[in-house]
Amino acid sequence: MAPSSTFFTASPQWHWTIITYFFIGGLAGGCYVLAVLIDLFGRLVDRPLARLGYGVAFPAIVLSGLLLMLDLGRPERFWHMLIESHTFRPMLKSYSPMSFGSWILLAFGGFALLSVLAALAEAGRIRWTWPLRLRAPGPLGTLVSLVGGLLGFFVTGYTGVLLAVTNRPIWSDSPLLGLTFVISAASSSAALLILLAHRRYRTPGLAALERFDMMVLALEPIAIIALIVSLGSVARVWLSVWGLLLLLVVVLGILVPLALQWRSAGVDTRPAVTAALLVLIGGLVLRTVIVLSADAARVVWRV
Amino acid sequence: MAQPMGFFTDTTVCIGCKACEVACKEWNQLPATNGGVNTLSGDSYDNTRQLDGTHWRHVRFVEQFTPERTDGRWLLMSDVCKHCVHAGCMEVCPTGAIIRTEFDTVVIQSDTCNGCRDCIGACPFGVIGINPVSNTAQKCTLCYDRLQNGLEPACAKACPTDSINFGPIAELKTLAAKRVGTLHERGEKGAYLYGADDKMLGGLNSFYLLVDRPEVYGLPPDPKMPSRNLVKGGVWAAFGAVVVGLLGLFSFRNRGRD
Repeated sequence: MAPSSTFFTASPQWHWTIITYFFIGGLAGGCYVLAVLIDLFGRLVDRPLARLGYGVAFPAIVLSGLLLMLDLGRPERFWHMLIESHTFRPMLKSYSPMSFGSWILLAFGGFALLSVLAALAEAGRIRWTWPLRLRAPGPLGTLVSLVGGLLGFFVTGYTGVLLAVTNRPIWSDSPLLGLTFVISAASSSAALLILLAHRRYRTPGLAALERFDMMVLALEPIAIIALIVSLGSVARVWLSVWGLLLLLVVVLGILVPLALQWRSAGVDTRPAVTAALLVLIGGLVLRTVIVLSADAARVVWRV
Repeated sequence: MAQPMGFFTDTTVCIGCKACEVACKEWNQLPATNGGVNTLSGDSYDNTRQLDGTHWRHVRFVEQFTPERTDGRWLLMSDVCKHCVHAGCMEVCPTGAIIRTEFDTVVIQSDTCNGCRDCIGACPFGVIGINPVSNTAQKCTLCYDRLQNGLEPACAKACPTDSINFGPIAELKTLAAKRVGTLHERGEKGAYLYGADDKMLGGLNSFYLLVDRPEVYGLPPDPKMPSRNLVKGGVWAAFGAVVVGLLGLFSFRNRGRD
């Protein structure tokens, strides 16, 4: 007997474009949030590290939008997400994560553009000086950082809530997917920035980033265990190759990198680089397991 | 607004002729074969297997036989979109393509749908699929075009045993309750209605008379709205964001004081 009424539903066939979007979108939101935290609380010497965060966030969110369009059955109708196609009025449903998320992605894309312009101006890559005001400190810059940071947090986690607001096995059998995605996006984003920054910016901010990643990595297994517990008997779907992959994520994508970062602690960068690579791969595989194992649920359960 | 219309499907008189499937495909101009290839299930007279973007009616064949096949029965059910009063598909649709009509039925407007497929995963019954011709999500419209012209849906018109009853919901409920009573009198004590009252998603405008558990017919015993997870999921995600934010603040501010 099926453990949940979710086992009687059909698959939306969200596969690689969506999994890649979940990963890249998480990095976009996460890197932006980290850049904001560095801008607001870090030292002046760490500003290049924050610039790197904005430099990742903007192209990543553009790529996210393209992936989402590509995944549509009718990509040329992507704008129907924002504008009602018969009345040309704004289309927004606050209770539909996909509808709400479309607007947030658009808004976040705008803030990521402002911040990357500010970063480019500060680095002297563009001649304009007006974008300098768009970054903290300064009232306008602080406002951009705060609003953009909140939108960035939303981008990291709403995808998990979107999966939960369906009727599919696993996805809607737990309320904890959004939480898991937020934590995973934070660890992956910190890992990506460590990977990109470890040669160029050996500043106190990089050490802070490594400490932050260790703390978030320590939280991640707790979130995954809570997710498994919250699934109840549905978690038996993961007594399969999917569970094995999840175990590999926890061991190779979380615990091993944690141990490597603990050991390296600043001097030798090689273990930190390996750790960052493992965390990134783990983040991608975690999303793969969550997205694809829903489709496998009926087969595993033999409904 | 016209009065709510729908289907009452009495599975006990379905003979599995599939006239409803054929009539549906013919009226709605749905392809009869999968890209010109006939696919047979190989283990059942049911070759349709499921509802999806090109199968808006599906006659399910449930074969209940003893291992030695000396005793057994067929349960036959013509399945279709339930046109839920609280429709999960309509709730999540981000384009507004899914609408409620004046007949209280649920219709996907193909010219608005952009094929995001959120509705497919949100439907508690798995009735929606992508139609490969339009690349949009499609399902039973309860023959909206026929209803607007005073005709009954093609499937109900074609059904030779009146297993598929079409009419105003209030009348169908009376008819269904009477039929359950008759079956109980005749000894079929297991007969009951699935989705007739408003406890299930506010009521299904396509409800069924069944004689076994819903799962046996491939129906969920306890269908729910997708939004049940919205607030819980959002609060937990926000909690995660607060924790991550505090860890970040702690990490970077600490370094700032060095």
